[in-house]
Amino acid sequence: MINIYEVNETNHMIEKENLDIRTITMGISLIDCIDSDLNRLNDKIYEKIVRKAGKLVETGEKLSEEFGIPIVNKRISVTPISIIGAAACKTPSDFVTIAKTLDRASKAVGVNFIGGYSSLCSKGMIEADRNIMLSYPEAFTSTDQVCGSVNLGSTKTGINMDAVKLMGEVIRDTALATKEGQFPACAKIVVFCNAPDDNPFMAGAFHGVTEADAVINVGVSGPGVVKAALEAVRGESFEVLCETIKKTAFKITRVGQLIAGEAAKRLDVPFGIIDLSLAPTPAVGDSVAEILEEIGLERTGAPGTTAALALLNDQVKKGGIMASSYVGGLSGAFIPVSEDQGMIDAVEVGSLNIEKLEAMTCVCSVGLDMIAIPGDTPASTISGIIADEAAIGMINQKTTAARLIPAIGKTVGDKVEFGGLFGYAPVMPVNTFSCEAFVNRGGRIPAPIHSFKN
Amino acid sequence: MSRTIITVVGKDAVGITAKVCTFLAEYNVNILDISQTIVQGFFNMMMIVDTSGMELSFEEFSEKLETCGEEINVKIKSQREDIFTSMHRI
Repeated sequence: MINIYEVNETNHMIEKENLDIRTITMGISLIDCIDSDLNRLNDKIYEKIVRKAGKLVETGEKLSEEFGIPIVNKRISVTPISIIGAAACKTPSDFVTIAKTLDRASKAVGVNFIGGYSSLCSKGMIEADRNIMLSYPEAFTSTDQVCGSVNLGSTKTGINMDAVKLMGEVIRDTALATKEGQFPACAKIVVFCNAPDDNPFMAGAFHGVTEADAVINVGVSGPGVVKAALEAVRGESFEVLCETIKKTAFKITRVGQLIAGEAAKRLDVPFGIIDLSLAPTPAVGDSVAEILEEIGLERTGAPGTTAALALLNDQVKKGGIMASSYVGGLSGAFIPVSEDQGMIDAVEVGSLNIEKLEAMTCVCSVGLDMIAIPGDTPASTISGIIADEAAIGMINQKTTAARLIPAIGKTVGDKVEFGGLFGYAPVMPVNTFSCEAFVNRGGRIPAPIHSFKN
Repeated sequence: MSRTIITVVGKDAVGITAKVCTFLAEYNVNILDISQTIVQGFFNMMMIVDTSGMELSFEEFSEKLETCGEEINVKIKSQREDIFTSMHRI
């Protein structure tokens, strides 16, 4: 039988070390909503989301109450809208109507974000892909809860450099369209290489076309728990360090598995995957950077940071994978700058820069995440950063991403405020030498040699 | 059987266990196991109880028990046992 020490350990993790379920995300297929009439399409999308996810928030709150663990976010992901809207949407404005429908449905069911205003164009674009991307500036500044992503490269297909070029412009235009005081719309846009179909985390969540009608995916968290466990083994060898991370990741993931199973049962929707991510928040003691520092770095960004992150990411996966029946999504350690107080501090004291973050993305779960860059950064430079990230993903057969926020009217040293779980981001310097001629070539980068496995 | 873990944490005083046990008896909740320690001067009790005979919903039970704790200056939390078995047992 469970004893008092085990009960206290679990509750200590929840109450003092910020253990929580970061998100329960319901993936919903909209393929059966496809229609060539735009009004009918919008009606069908709204109806299906409300029907499938009507009880999602209530169920999440009940689970949280019964098991005594916070479930921070309840969210929805849908089939990429470039596919769903292709038959009905002839212009970017047509796509914006779908964004508004998603926003309305999201608010009606009470979730806080809905993802999937997305395009999958890792090899080439159809007109709908181009139109949905061109709709981003208006779509993300005229809605509150809609998130979108563009998968513009993969190990199997190479990198679609036309999409890379376009997204550099789209991100700059979206930043320009964001009004003073409005939530930065670029924080709702992610550009991916090797995007997973079942990621529950925003802004990159979408419900892949190979998925079932509806699924429940759960993202766990718990950087604070790992940090606290490592405090107890300070100065010990790497063997002890790695074992400690694995055991902790196992415990955290088991809670996610339990909640995912219960949520799936109560909502009568199959369980999809657990995403084993260490997702930080701006709260003190809920930071991935603090774990890296506990491993032995004076500040994140110091030499050794990439190695420390690599071992952390790998041990989290090793510990977590046995704790869950299905693992997927991004699974690893997130290194967003704005959402992690330790990262913000490291940037502000000059220990961490974009180039080091780029190196870290070779071994972390995603990529350059929530990075504020100077407002006058040219679109071609944004495209260059995206291409670098996509290349890392393509060659290393991993997911990489970029979520860049051009801070219009601001420069290095200024801050961009997001509020809540998003925190704030210091504007980071970007290399000012041009890559315009590179970006303007057009076409695509071929798939790497090691993708030919047949 | 529906097992719930009740934890009671607060300043030690006369009658905490009695008060909680009386409450549980009132709602037909059977106590399966009790352990108790003092951690850094604080009263710390854990009970494993069977709530299958109870007529209240889990939310109502949990809320009433929390209020009962407030009356005697202790924090009472009820959670389904599964969260602990999931984490600590393979």
